[in-house]
Amino acid sequence: MALTREQLAQRVAQEFQDGYYINLGIGIPTLAANYIPEGVEVMLQSENGLLGMGPFPREDEVDPDLINAGKQTVTMARGASIFSSADSFAMIRGGHVDLTVLGAFEVDCQGNIASYMVPGKLIKGMGGAMDLVAGADNIIVTMTHASKHGESKLLNECTLPLTGKACIKRVLTDLALLDIEDGSFILRERAPGVSVEEIARLTAGKLVVPGHVPEMQFA
Amino acid sequence: MSGFDKVVGSYEEAMAGLEDNMTVISGGFGLCGIPENLIKEIRRKGTRGLTVVSNNCGTDKFGLGVLLVDRQIRKMVASYVGENALFEAQMMSGELEVELTPQGTLAEKMRAGGAGIPAFYTATGYGTPVGEGKEVRQFKGRHYILEEAIQGDFAIAKAWKADRYGNLVFRKTARNFNPMAITAGKIAVVEVEEIVEVGALDPDEIHLPGIYVNRLIQGTFEKHIEQRTVRSA
Repeated sequence: MALTREQLAQRVAQEFQDGYYINLGIGIPTLAANYIPEGVEVMLQSENGLLGMGPFPREDEVDPDLINAGKQTVTMARGASIFSSADSFAMIRGGHVDLTVLGAFEVDCQGNIASYMVPGKLIKGMGGAMDLVAGADNIIVTMTHASKHGESKLLNECTLPLTGKACIKRVLTDLALLDIEDGSFILRERAPGVSVEEIARLTAGKLVVPGHVPEMQFA
Repeated sequence: MSGFDKVVGSYEEAMAGLEDNMTVISGGFGLCGIPENLIKEIRRKGTRGLTVVSNNCGTDKFGLGVLLVDRQIRKMVASYVGENALFEAQMMSGELEVELTPQGTLAEKMRAGGAGIPAFYTATGYGTPVGEGKEVRQFKGRHYILEEAIQGDFAIAKAWKADRYGNLVFRKTARNFNPMAITAGKIAVVEVEEIVEVGALDPDEIHLPGIYVNRLIQGTFEKHIEQRTVRSA
């Protein structure tokens, strides 16, 4: 079975380590904040100028001056700090953020990512995504493995305009966890009940399958 | 009051001198921390052919989006414009020129513009459409592109509190692009919720010194929320 959104978020959160500063993109990455492992303390960075993002506010705590990068109302965690956009991106571009999680339309086995534009159709802009992929060393891309029509999104070469070049090393899809090394996708884990054959069939880019590919484990 | 007093008496006075085809840099992230009344004044004035530099372009009904209604914006420099159907329509029809700029690059362009730095190298955008046509240089084996600073004929911004000298304090994430936008404006106009007497702000607590501010006005704010998201008590 393909992973649900919640399972994707859970699997992402398994990568969180104690003491990590983490930037979570909009969508599934943000959901991962609900599954922070027990005993692990992380601090969430929101690129509009907040380090130490808390949960959504209660009705009586809503403050229009306090939002996240998705423009949702949020709260501040204990020990939070506020800063300007320039300071925020100095953190990101200076490589101070330990982990970045974001979505994508396509990735390829050269580590390229396309996530911000479909020419002629969807032109919303890159927001902070180009800065995040250029500035972070440790990035996890979360996405669906293939389109609804079964077209792979893990390619030999991205077809859409790039968000970043040769910067992605780890991809979590609804079917698999893969690393990108030396021009190949390396299959690391399978979603429970999903076969290596199915993953291979839906991976257009060069795929390396190690002798043993374990299933993902969920608590 | 002394020559350091930046307070002006009306929004008309605050935006005096803004002419067609000028460049306006605006603070704000989404609808958070936007100079909503200064934007309304630009709409009232009817200034046209503007180049507007701002992270976003408001929504159809609020923020910079209202300047699209009468096509006052000719060119928009922004990182994300997905909240605005009118924007999309004018962009697709070619009426509105759009320069999509990565958010960190945009912030740094403003910062550099205000700090006398004409351009800077960044890895952001290398190998993407953003890097096309830009100078590429390698430092320590990594590729960087040259990005030029931005300055505006005007900067419009919102802060929380100010003293009459224009020393500013921002509030929570309404700070965002506002400090850099202000520094990058030849005429920097700031609207605030409260103006206090000089000396009432602790110098250690001032986020942006008044030297960057030319005009200051106190306003009342609607503070729209784009994505009101709550958890159950």
